[in-house]
Amino acid sequence: MLQPYATPLEKLWFYAFRLFCIGVLVFLILPLLVIVPLSFSADSFLMYPIHSFSLRWYEAFFTNSEWMDSLKNSMIVAPAATLLATVLGTVAAVGLTSADFPGKSFMMTVLISPMVVPVVIVGVGAYLFFAPLGLANSYLGLVMVHAALGVPFVVITVSATLRGFNPNLVRASASLGGNPVYTFFRVTLPLIAPGVISGGLFAFAASFDEVVVTLFLAGPEQTTLPRQMFAGIKENISPTIAAAATVLILFSIVLLLTLEWLRGRSEKMRTAASAA
Amino acid sequence: MNMTADAPLLAADGVPLAVKLKRAERRKKLRAALLVAPLAVFLLATFILPIALLLYRSVENPEVPAMLPKTVSALAGWQGQGLPDEAALGVFVQELTAAKDNKAMVGNAAKRLNMEISGYRSLLTKTVRAMPLDPAAGPLREQFVNIDERWAEADYWRVLRHQDSRYTGFYLQSSLDIKRGADDSLHMAGDDEAIYLKIFGRTLWMSAVVTLFCFLLGYPLAYWLVNLPTRKSNLLMIVVLLPFWTSVLVRVAAWIVLLQNEGLINGALMAMGFVDSPVQLAFNRIGVYIAMVHILLPFMILPVFSVMKAIPPTYMRAAVSLGSHPIPAFWKVYFPQTVAGVGAGALLVFIMSIGYYITPALLGGPDDQMVSYYVAFFTNNTVNWGMAAALGSLLLIATMALYTLYARIVGANRLSLG
Repeated sequence: MLQPYATPLEKLWFYAFRLFCIGVLVFLILPLLVIVPLSFSADSFLMYPIHSFSLRWYEAFFTNSEWMDSLKNSMIVAPAATLLATVLGTVAAVGLTSADFPGKSFMMTVLISPMVVPVVIVGVGAYLFFAPLGLANSYLGLVMVHAALGVPFVVITVSATLRGFNPNLVRASASLGGNPVYTFFRVTLPLIAPGVISGGLFAFAASFDEVVVTLFLAGPEQTTLPRQMFAGIKENISPTIAAAATVLILFSIVLLLTLEWLRGRSEKMRTAASAA
Repeated sequence: MNMTADAPLLAADGVPLAVKLKRAERRKKLRAALLVAPLAVFLLATFILPIALLLYRSVENPEVPAMLPKTVSALAGWQGQGLPDEAALGVFVQELTAAKDNKAMVGNAAKRLNMEISGYRSLLTKTVRAMPLDPAAGPLREQFVNIDERWAEADYWRVLRHQDSRYTGFYLQSSLDIKRGADDSLHMAGDDEAIYLKIFGRTLWMSAVVTLFCFLLGYPLAYWLVNLPTRKSNLLMIVVLLPFWTSVLVRVAAWIVLLQNEGLINGALMAMGFVDSPVQLAFNRIGVYIAMVHILLPFMILPVFSVMKAIPPTYMRAAVSLGSHPIPAFWKVYFPQTVAGVGAGALLVFIMSIGYYITPALLGGPDDQMVSYYVAFFTNNTVNWGMAAALGSLLLIATMALYTLYARIVGANRLSLG
């Protein structure tokens, strides 16, 4: 806040600081703003200025069988991996927050490690391990490793939500005769649903954006959208990539808005719970 | 109450309450552990065992012992000078002859030996092709030298003698630029031969630079956002989060478009008269730095922001009202309270940086590749699992050391997700 009695030097500092921060924000958003208009360009090169507009690159994207197959593969692998990661991760998070048992913090460290281990190591290791089992070049192998990469997000988000959850509700349900499974589905799950869904969204994004493990583990049949983009950028970067990128940016906007909406809901729930 | 004070409280079934409580607690702990078990087993099969196998591959050495098990033990008695004795050579001939039809086994052993001395591959396959030798046709030593003169050199035998174990430190040593000399002693490779230490050094250096820039850009922005009215800061936070949620490949593609010679940045620089001809920004170190900072910046901003949010603004006001100039007040009062967030963010950015592969591979030149690139290179291009595994193992050790530090300081469950 600039005070009315600020000295010229303070004023200069204030505006310079604000300019710097706006510069950083521009740096963050500029790449997204730049690539979207190019996808509507009629030119064959990814270059400004744009001379005329057309939808030809979207047509190229949506009619090319390679792009469409990779989109289809992503739409198979990511939801399957998300489902697996969300179910396993939520159950584990309930266990981790319900009681202290020996080795709990070590367990937490292990469950979250897929987030920090370099993906190349995961990819090469998965190939070495899965190839003799016949799971390399298969959807199943890819889904399993993608799920492993998504698990930490679910565990972190759901445990955080459970810390704001009132355990007396579980006791109340038990004292009224509800068995643990019934209590979980009818009491706990509805209340922690926003956390579970946002964990799932994180896991989905992790799988949907994953390229390195796919590079090692997937065969040509399982090429995903990021894998296809990787090949496209590496070989010749055509405006079709800009069209694909725009579709993906739209997708991330939807994900982000859903997440913000869920965050608002879970905050409301938390304030309601603490007020009650 | 007719109960005396020291008689234990009993539950309805007559069991002391304390015992029942303990039992219930134990059951609760068991249930908690059982709930975690499915995920633990799943991760064991899809994540931990594959990585363990990779670690194992970095010391595994099956190729030559599988083909020449008796030869390598017969060579143990050899003095290291001249050719081995006739008995050892006889065993060698037997095993070479027996392996003649197993092309895959010979190929693997030849490839393994070729890593020690280049040219060994052709030597071994040539020798196998010349089998069997007739012991009656003269001393085996002469017959070997007749097949190829290189058999007269002790180096080739020394390498073979060294293949007596199914485990080897060779790959890990090579990954650290440690060579084995003629006298079997280990020494650091000279400057012209050293490769991998430079790559590790480069990886750490690049990660440090990226972390520093993430701090320099992220800290002021987080400070500004925290001090803005909530509505405004929420709106601007979307600008931070949207790139965070956008595919890394989309962002790399966008940076290529921006940074290429005909790109917007060069266009702007030339239009403003800073430069006359395009500056090379993509496909070199600058491009890698820019894209990596862009991708990792949110991981710095988010933890710093959440720490700053918890600091009451009154502290700074108090310092200033007590007569401090705002700048020392900031350093002495505000900054120390944010160190935890900065540490968490910096460690996270650094840990993620050292494993980077995609961004340098797409936006960097040959001299900008990090360790991960070479792991992929040895896997895809030369199919040298030993080297891929050894480099991967060292990278993993570095990552896990930093991650343990992170878990110790910050707590693994507090990895920030925004």
